[in-house]
Amino acid sequence: MKSIPASRKGANVTPLRSQHPEDLPRDEVRPLIEIDGVSLTYGSEHSSVLALHDFSLKVAKGEFAAIVGPSGCGKSTFLKLASGLRRPTAGTVTVANQTVDKPLKIVGMAFQNAALMPWRTCLENVMLPFEVVQPHRDRRRTDYVLHREKAVALLASVGLADAISRYPAQLSGGMQQRVALCRSLVHEPELLLVDEPFAALDAFTREELWDVLQGLHDQRRFTVVLVTHDLTEAVYLADTVHVLSARPGRIIHSESIAIQRPRAARDRFVPEFANVVLSLRSKIGAVRGHVS
Amino acid sequence: MTSSRLRNFTEPALTALLFFIAWELACRIFQIPEFVLPTPLRTIAALFKDWNLIWPNAEQTLITTLIGFCISVVFGMALGILVGSSAFLNRCLSPLLVAFNSVPKVAVVPVLVLWFGIGTVPAVLTAFVLSFFPITVNVAAGVAATDRELIDVLRSLGASRWDVILKAGIPRSLPYFFASLKIAITLAFVGSVIAETVASNNGIGYLMLSASAAFKIPLVFASLLFIGFLGVSMYAITAFLETRLTAWNTHPADQTTFAVGG
Repeated sequence: MKSIPASRKGANVTPLRSQHPEDLPRDEVRPLIEIDGVSLTYGSEHSSVLALHDFSLKVAKGEFAAIVGPSGCGKSTFLKLASGLRRPTAGTVTVANQTVDKPLKIVGMAFQNAALMPWRTCLENVMLPFEVVQPHRDRRRTDYVLHREKAVALLASVGLADAISRYPAQLSGGMQQRVALCRSLVHEPELLLVDEPFAALDAFTREELWDVLQGLHDQRRFTVVLVTHDLTEAVYLADTVHVLSARPGRIIHSESIAIQRPRAARDRFVPEFANVVLSLRSKIGAVRGHVS
Repeated sequence: MTSSRLRNFTEPALTALLFFIAWELACRIFQIPEFVLPTPLRTIAALFKDWNLIWPNAEQTLITTLIGFCISVVFGMALGILVGSSAFLNRCLSPLLVAFNSVPKVAVVPVLVLWFGIGTVPAVLTAFVLSFFPITVNVAAGVAATDRELIDVLRSLGASRWDVILKAGIPRSLPYFFASLKIAITLAFVGSVIAETVASNNGIGYLMLSASAAFKIPLVFASLLFIGFLGVSMYAITAFLETRLTAWNTHPADQTTFAVGG
């Protein structure tokens, strides 16, 4: 299967984007994430694992991209590359026109495990980025009230207004995941990287949080890369769904999702939606069949 | 809540009382001579009778213990943070620490006397060398237990290594730290009493040694009893601090505390 450049597909989804790149300033058209021919090898020389090989991907600014694939195909590895937590063995990772060679500061991350600090209240957890990210960090005393207001407003927008002074252990899994999402977004990052954030939740909570994430993305228009193995989730939320091969991971198919935004639960039960999911399912099925 | 708190106090108190009753009965039934094992009543009588002798020595022991313990807390925590936050330092220092801990500390006391003379300093240092190890090992384990994903979150925000230790590692290690304090304080008592027994002219260890040389066995046991009481009191204070300062830790039973002696 031939890979389709993600940027072109993304352009189709958001019609506002110009068809003539030369009319716009360069950083407007250049994708926010450009990953080019990247390989990544884990471990030592003797027992190394090739996690990604010849991996290329573009994600436009403001785009919601999803990456799906069989388990152990290097989906999470990709996020570590994009955030600068790991450096590629070969190839280049460019985010916001800069070659990534150290952890980026414009990203927010969330994982399957909420990874909150159990010794802090919800509000204090959400305030964490202000204590770490520059330039907020230097202004954390003078701007404390402003920061606090932002955190409170964000928590309120995901339905946690009453829980701000509670500790993570006093919250349900879904509520903890909401707090983790707020923490990843409170400093208004340009890029949100999320690794199966809803995988550990029950079905109803998961669907609720899909809409929470969709709502936040609609409001703030940050760029999202969502790694998931849930095809319904990928198709429902994303502008573009990329299918990864089995290890070593490589994008084998990109599909742009043309469903009108904002999307609602009923959109998941129309034949068009089912067809997209089914076709992606067969792509992954083929990959898995190839492995076993 | 109140009734369970009351039980937390009454149940151990009753157990201690039963122990003393059994001790008393055993002494009477088997007619054990006083110079072998005095009865608890006789011991307590000696405690009151010789209070003027016991208290100044106990005070000396308490002070040396607390100084040694404080050095342990500072040194043990610093070393624990270093070892726990760096795989490199962990590899380098672990064998050395284990080897150091395997050395019986009684054997070290003569060396300390050689270096610092007889008196308070060797006692303080013995209390320190005996009690820092559990603090170091536990703090290192706590820092190393920091959630990988939390570290990723922090690093992706641009946090430095030190930020990660400060924001995540140290708070994460606090339950382990407090758990280790309970062991460390009792070991610190062991350390100072050992040193006083070998080389000192005051302190409970010295008092016990001279009392047994003079065949004042009830006084020996009275000293033992009082040092046990001091140990339990210090333990209770650290346990109280633990529950107050790490109330967020809802699974205190989950973690293993590494106890060591010597």
